[in-house]
Amino acid sequence: MTPHMLTRSLDRSATIFLAVVAACGILIPLSNLLLPAGSFLQVPTYLVALWGKYVCYAILALSIDLIWGYCGILSLGHGAFFALGGYAMGMYLMRQIGTRGVYGNPVLPDFMVFLNYSKLPWTWYGFDMFWFAALMVLVVPGLLAFCFGWLAFRSRVTGVYLSIITQAMTYALLLAFFRNDFGFGGNNGLTDFKDILGFNVQAEGTRAALFALSCLALIAGFLICRAIVSSKLGKVLIAVRDAESRTRFLGYRVESYKLFVFTVSACMAGVAGALYVPQVGIINPSEFAPGNSIEAVIWVAVGGRGTLVGAALGAVVVNYAKTFFTSGVLAPYWLFMLGALFILVTLLLPKGIVGTFNAWWDSSKEKRAATMASAAAEDGVAEPKMAE
Amino acid sequence: MNVMDTRATSAMLYLDGVHVSFDGFHAINNLSLTLEPGEMRAIIGPNGAGKTTMMDIITGKTKPDEGTVLFDGVTDLTRLDETRIAELGIGRKFQKPTVFESQTVQDNLLLALNVDHSVRGTLFWRGSRDEAERIDRVLETIRLTEARNRLAGSLSHGQKQWLEIGMLLAQDPKLLLVDEPVAGMTDVETHLTAELLKEINKTHTVVVVEHDMTFVRELGVKVTCLHEGTVLAEGTIDQVSSNERVIEVYLGR
Repeated sequence: MTPHMLTRSLDRSATIFLAVVAACGILIPLSNLLLPAGSFLQVPTYLVALWGKYVCYAILALSIDLIWGYCGILSLGHGAFFALGGYAMGMYLMRQIGTRGVYGNPVLPDFMVFLNYSKLPWTWYGFDMFWFAALMVLVVPGLLAFCFGWLAFRSRVTGVYLSIITQAMTYALLLAFFRNDFGFGGNNGLTDFKDILGFNVQAEGTRAALFALSCLALIAGFLICRAIVSSKLGKVLIAVRDAESRTRFLGYRVESYKLFVFTVSACMAGVAGALYVPQVGIINPSEFAPGNSIEAVIWVAVGGRGTLVGAALGAVVVNYAKTFFTSGVLAPYWLFMLGALFILVTLLLPKGIVGTFNAWWDSSKEKRAATMASAAAEDGVAEPKMAE
Repeated sequence: MNVMDTRATSAMLYLDGVHVSFDGFHAINNLSLTLEPGEMRAIIGPNGAGKTTMMDIITGKTKPDEGTVLFDGVTDLTRLDETRIAELGIGRKFQKPTVFESQTVQDNLLLALNVDHSVRGTLFWRGSRDEAERIDRVLETIRLTEARNRLAGSLSHGQKQWLEIGMLLAQDPKLLLVDEPVAGMTDVETHLTAELLKEINKTHTVVVVEHDMTFVRELGVKVTCLHEGTVLAEGTIDQVSSNERVIEVYLGR
């Protein structure tokens, strides 16, 4: 397997991936809005919302693949960054409700009136402005990841220990957000949203636009990840993944590289969460549940870690399966199926779907090249032999 | 011991009275060693003599309990971490060949080049003609030009050893620490490696840890024999190998 072939095969899957996402991002909203309801080709609104959710999960999976697949950082708490981005968006949406809430308070969201708040907590300042909320979608997860990573990577916490403390982080946030006096809606979270930028969040047009935006974010996220992993920095990340102390002895400050990529990844997860919340209409502390983060890692493993395309594909495939199986008689067994899927993939397809496909494609190509080379040799054209 | 204010020694590497113990086991015991600029030194000694631990101390992986470790006469290495020490110009080849297996031979060398190693520098890196030429030269020196696009993991054991030496060359350090470069090599490869190290020694200071006495003899440099974390004998290969104590603990009768 020569690297030239490797890059070419990656380029091919990247091109297909981008074309498919772009086509979905354009055609699905158009079909939903322009074709008459009930026609064969019309995508119903509930499906637009469902697929929009998958696309957000794909962005989350991409962010996990960037750190796990390329730098070997197995975060089992990435759901926390996703949820924080979601909360930042949810807070904006709450403040857009205004006097249309049950209690009609122009400033305080319903749950605050209910809990006898007299004024808005400082943590909610600024969230009535979209630009501020959008900034916080990046800043809050990014800042948490930066502080967490700064402490963890500088102390050289790696491997399973790092995974465990990321679990602890998301669990701690779960407990904090469950508390009513934490000021983010407690157990019920944030819901009953009305508008986003003046558009009704329930309206078909808004849903179609959110879907298109999610696809756009997936494309942008993919291109950013790809730019990172195909730069020299990407080679350093792989070096850290494969031989961390060797990289250090070459004079690379490994912790800075990990911190950079971990922070970028957390920001991406935040964006995914922010796009997810208006499409599902609710954000509550259960999004911080450790199980969610683990599930997201399974998507990446199934699709193929270290391939980017595979991560996104894995998120869509596993979630489609989840929707399919949890809506039928098999619903009680879904978690067993998910567990079995993870074990089977680990044992039988350690490279995941895309990784296995790429390996197969390259080896079959190599075989074809070898056949051609031997045919050429028979014609008397000597091939230069590689030093062994 | 304060030797920081002036250049205390002309030595490239200066170890004095170094002690390290792990859970009561004295891995390094009052070790003193001086290496002049441009010198090549072979270190021999039985297993557990502290050869690798000594390398760990010089490269910042292990901190000594006491003693002085000076680089280039001025820099106290005991205060610095691995990255900083590598930046100063100390390169290391590990006992077990450690190359980046899932990357190509030339990418391995590219990663080793002593250019900007910051996050920003690598993110916005654009290859230059100078870097490409340096990589070409190293590939030629280590005889891997033909294999430049192969994955490092697919190389033979001997080729991996050479690639790692090549990575040291690309790093262009002032001091090279080479741990067992010919372990597992054929006789021909061993001979070529000795030639390669002699060539490298023309422009670099080198420390070689090795068990293979034929190889050490071929290098023809000053030899230090370590035993139980301290220097047992030092001198030419003939002097050291005729030393009674060395024969007793290491070479055998």
